[in-house]
Amino acid sequence: MTEQKYKFLSTPRRPVEDRRFVAGRGKFIADFDRPNMLHVAPLASHHAAAVINGIDASAALAMPGVVDVITGAELAAAVQPLMNGLNTPNVRRFPLAVDRVRYAGEWVCAVVAESRALAEDALEKIIVDATPQPFILDAEAALLETSAPVHPEHGSNLLLDRKFVWGPVDDDFDAAAHSLSFSVTWGRNSTVPIETFGVLAEWNGWDQMLDIWASIQMPKYADQIARSLDLPGNAIRVHYDVDVGGSYGVKRGIKHSVLVGYIARKLGCPVRLIEDRLENMRAGDAHGPERKFDITIAFDQDGTVRSMKMRALDNAGAYAGRAPFQLGKPISAIVGPYQINSVAYHALSVTTNKTVQEAVRGFGQAPTNYAIETAMDRVAEYLGMDRLALRQKNLIRKDQFPYLIPSGSYYDSGDYHAVIDKVLAAADYPAMLAERDRLRDAGMMAGIGIAACLEPSGGNSSFEPLLNQSNQTSTWMESCQVNIDALGKLTARIHTTSSGQGHETLVSTVLGEVMQIDPELIRITRPNSLESLPGNSPVGSRMAIMLGGAAARAGEKLKAKIMAIAAHRLGVAIDQLRYEGGDVLAHDGRRFTWDEMVELAHRQYHNLPDGMDPGLASFDIMQVPTGDALPVDDKVQMYPCYSFEFHLLLVSFDPIIGRPDIHSYVIGHDCGTVINPAIVSGMTYGGIAHGIGAALFEEFAYDTNGQLLTQSFLDYLMPSSHEVPAIQIVKHCTPSPHTVFGQKGSGESGYLGAPAAVSAAINDAVSGLGIHFEKLPIRMSAISDAIAAKTS
Amino acid sequence: MNDVTLTINGKPVSGVTEPRVTLLDFLRDVAGLKGTHAGCEHGVCGACTVLIDGTAVRSCLMLAVQAEGEDITTIEGIGGSGARAGELGVIQDAFCETHGLQCGYCTPGMILAAEALLSVNTDPTEHEVREAISGNICRCTGYVQIVDAILLAAKRLGQRNDAAPSDATLA
Amino acid sequence: MKPVRFDYKRPATIDEACGLLAGDDNARILAGGQSLIPMLSMRLSRPSLLIDIAHIPELTAFVETETHIEIGAMVRQAVAQKSELVKTHIPLLAKALGYVGHPPTRARGTVGGSVAHADPSAEIALVAATLGAEITYRVDGTDEIFDASDFFIGPMLTIAPPTGCLTRLSFAKAPAVCGTGFHEVAPRKSDYALASAAAQINFAAGSGVTSIHLGIGSVGDFPERLDVDQLCGTPLDDAAIADAVHAAMQMVETVEDLHATAAYRKRVATELAIRALRDARDEISKDLNQ
Repeated sequence: MTEQKYKFLSTPRRPVEDRRFVAGRGKFIADFDRPNMLHVAPLASHHAAAVINGIDASAALAMPGVVDVITGAELAAAVQPLMNGLNTPNVRRFPLAVDRVRYAGEWVCAVVAESRALAEDALEKIIVDATPQPFILDAEAALLETSAPVHPEHGSNLLLDRKFVWGPVDDDFDAAAHSLSFSVTWGRNSTVPIETFGVLAEWNGWDQMLDIWASIQMPKYADQIARSLDLPGNAIRVHYDVDVGGSYGVKRGIKHSVLVGYIARKLGCPVRLIEDRLENMRAGDAHGPERKFDITIAFDQDGTVRSMKMRALDNAGAYAGRAPFQLGKPISAIVGPYQINSVAYHALSVTTNKTVQEAVRGFGQAPTNYAIETAMDRVAEYLGMDRLALRQKNLIRKDQFPYLIPSGSYYDSGDYHAVIDKVLAAADYPAMLAERDRLRDAGMMAGIGIAACLEPSGGNSSFEPLLNQSNQTSTWMESCQVNIDALGKLTARIHTTSSGQGHETLVSTVLGEVMQIDPELIRITRPNSLESLPGNSPVGSRMAIMLGGAAARAGEKLKAKIMAIAAHRLGVAIDQLRYEGGDVLAHDGRRFTWDEMVELAHRQYHNLPDGMDPGLASFDIMQVPTGDALPVDDKVQMYPCYSFEFHLLLVSFDPIIGRPDIHSYVIGHDCGTVINPAIVSGMTYGGIAHGIGAALFEEFAYDTNGQLLTQSFLDYLMPSSHEVPAIQIVKHCTPSPHTVFGQKGSGESGYLGAPAAVSAAINDAVSGLGIHFEKLPIRMSAISDAIAAKTS
Repeated sequence: MNDVTLTINGKPVSGVTEPRVTLLDFLRDVAGLKGTHAGCEHGVCGACTVLIDGTAVRSCLMLAVQAEGEDITTIEGIGGSGARAGELGVIQDAFCETHGLQCGYCTPGMILAAEALLSVNTDPTEHEVREAISGNICRCTGYVQIVDAILLAAKRLGQRNDAAPSDATLA
Repeated sequence: MKPVRFDYKRPATIDEACGLLAGDDNARILAGGQSLIPMLSMRLSRPSLLIDIAHIPELTAFVETETHIEIGAMVRQAVAQKSELVKTHIPLLAKALGYVGHPPTRARGTVGGSVAHADPSAEIALVAATLGAEITYRVDGTDEIFDASDFFIGPMLTIAPPTGCLTRLSFAKAPAVCGTGFHEVAPRKSDYALASAAAQINFAAGSGVTSIHLGIGSVGDFPERLDVDQLCGTPLDDAAIADAVHAAMQMVETVEDLHATAAYRKRVATELAIRALRDARDEISKDLNQ
């Protein structure tokens, strides 16, 4: 397995963004002030469901410094409902509750005042007359026809009900020697960035322009604001040079943005809304999947897994949001890294009176991997077979790529067995087993967790037409513009915000590699949305592939132009020339230098080849590789590139205390060619931390009155430096055939497999007692209680 | 409204403020220093960490009026300023070297927690580093490269025999 | 999350502070602020006046008498943690302090504030209750002293006089031979504990074990002492300790919430109490065995 030698790619380089952040000079949304800016504070309803009879804001409006109070009724008359990718026109969503409150915490009206503190003072003076209604919290209950629909106009709580059958499921089940069934539940949690969502809007009536600054990670953000506000697309200008303090999928804030955009237009001055933490947790509408899996798996006595039936029921919350589509993306890796011949997949999404979900890191893949890996462990347990051996038997082999899975995606490349071998060696697996046994002998519960899973990467919208046949979209693009100025320096433009993924470093490194110029000399800028070419923002683990691809292609176009200029100048054919570090060398030794080339391109039109444009500028708008078809017969290529990860960890806990202690954690990671090693490893470590949180600590829990119990960081527990262990990353590289350098995505790495691995470790620890933990998070109290029940 | 004068990064900053305004909001809105960040406003996440007399504290858990008379250091007081703008302190540079950050939001608080540690413990163990930053939540990095940064900074500071940690730059 | 409006005053003396408290029903003492200010930000606390006692000199004093160590209400938790007086004479408190919050909150939080705030999981309150520390309140110019083992009556609820100001805690100095144990369990290190236990065994040469103090916290509405006096005069073997703790835990009611069941808290409090006693016993095993 050879690795190409690159000059800049894959070498240790400091990410260029870090400088401003360590100096406290990042520009986050709360750092943007505009003259005469007003502040918004939303009023939350405490009812899980209610009919709004009236809102009396007169006392609030009379307070000094209070400028306006906006209600849902006013908004509904003035803006279009927020976009919804499903065919559910009667599930209408506005930034504020209209006629009804549908979850505890939902924003009923918004105060606009001269300061946030004054706005909060005013909130307390608003009287909302509401009549509580029956409400529903449980997804299974929401499926029943007798359940109170969250949207009566929609008639039921069913948002999505799609059944897929890929391959001969019934035949495979008939032929298999065994089958087993189980259920697991991924509890409601989210990636909860430390910075809450914020947006600032300013309307200029003279220019007829709405300027937007936001802590945003969202495709089609400007489009959706324009649609809701009935503004032309070129009347919205989103500023991409806002630093986003973490997102991991969730910073979509479309309701906040439409609200603030509306207020800005109405009042004619800049308006800013920064969620406080309570608002963020309860009504930021950034919760992640809450999903129950019912799985039946068919397998042979020798451990070959033949077929799988999976029912996935997701509790979307009170409005559609992006939640239902998070049931579709996992179809891209529905069999995990295994040679499972057929799959029946039933995807259900229901409304309940809970906070709305948003896209979360992996877009449903992490919960699905948790379900698949649990299935493999159960099969191994049933057969009395080693869990590793079972996986090694079923894993797709390196000679089988590109590998077509039953749902229609090709996995591009991989060598899963090699990664696992590397991890076992690095972790000294026999020593781990011995340590586990030693801990058990000493009276502790101890277990080893393993998880093998894929990170589909590249981003593709094909899950949309797959789940909603009236949605006929296939475009998922990214772009980059590059310019060499008259003094010979490179500047590239990226057309999106970033939330820590190092895109400036990515593009300067890629362009530096293509142009053979030190990336430190390349400037990256972020123009606003009107000055940008189309893009789809950093979702779906796509930017290494897509932004890297567009930057590389734009660079290659420039290089081609430089070669043509050189060929013309030197009077030789292009194939007689060699590009070297920005200069062009002829076979006879003549050198056409960079500076000469720049001079010609910018100033000596008479010396350019006929028909060539002056200057040295290029751009590229790139479609996602393999993304050229709509689904046929419920099958489609989803994401183009598949990274692989294998987790191995040792956990122990006292049987009475029940608190898991992670002793060692090794992860094997193959994301093809790595563009910047520290950025990729950082993603992996961070993903594992998120995964530990989801497995052990984090949950948006509700009480029986529909009230969110975990409203602050006092109860929503996120891993600190004591809960995330030292982690060892073992690298492997199987390049992708679809990308210019063989790079695959890594933005979701670690997170996609850590919850499965941690759950597996705890279950291994208690397996001797016949205990199975089937819901995440697995709290220490539940561990201790389960053990006590078995041993008393 | 109260007249308040705080000593921030060695300089007096005066403003008129309500008693209810936290030190965090005073730093950002009155002193105009945006490097200290609000993450939760209830004292858990640590993004608002500043130094008071060299000790790490949560600025969202102090009122501006309480801080009168105290010696406050924010991230803007670390590294070069004025004529030396653009120079990084040793700890800041170590964070860049190991990529001990991604989105940068928790980073000022994290760096100040590291400053507080290394000013009293010049050779911390990994456990001591983790304890010192245990009150700073990061959602991006999983802490690994942050711990690497602080240990690297300790090593580098140990190799200098003149400057105190908060003065040290790469000049 | 901005607080309601309030006034702010910095009295120079305790009596001035008490006068301010008496003059306004809705006034509150501000000590370290680590517990109060989050409540202000969430508007759970809505005072009209905050009385900042941080600058009253006598409140930051340590006083050593022949039999006691007095800790001023405004002594910062970090200062108490480093104090040689505390390490030497109140070893149980020294052990507990490492579990209080995080380093940044210990830098500002105070010993007195923790007791006055009376969170059921507060470690300092647990040690105070376990050892029967004396809590002094200044009210109307006079000192009122409370026994910490009766002081806490509910979550955030004490028998403190509403217009009084806590001025100091007084702990009996540990005898020359004394064993202590402190255990706490939380989902993450330094979270609000799910269960905690504090134990001290006092020993005198010639008399043997003179007293055993045991307290549990975090599992009920307030920290409470457990009666294990039956262990006095026994060799304090593991079985005796376990029996005594189980007997004492029988009537204890534990709370249930998102983080832990009542059964968990009871089980773990029992276990931690046993471990705390065993640790205390092990510390003096040399003397016990003579």
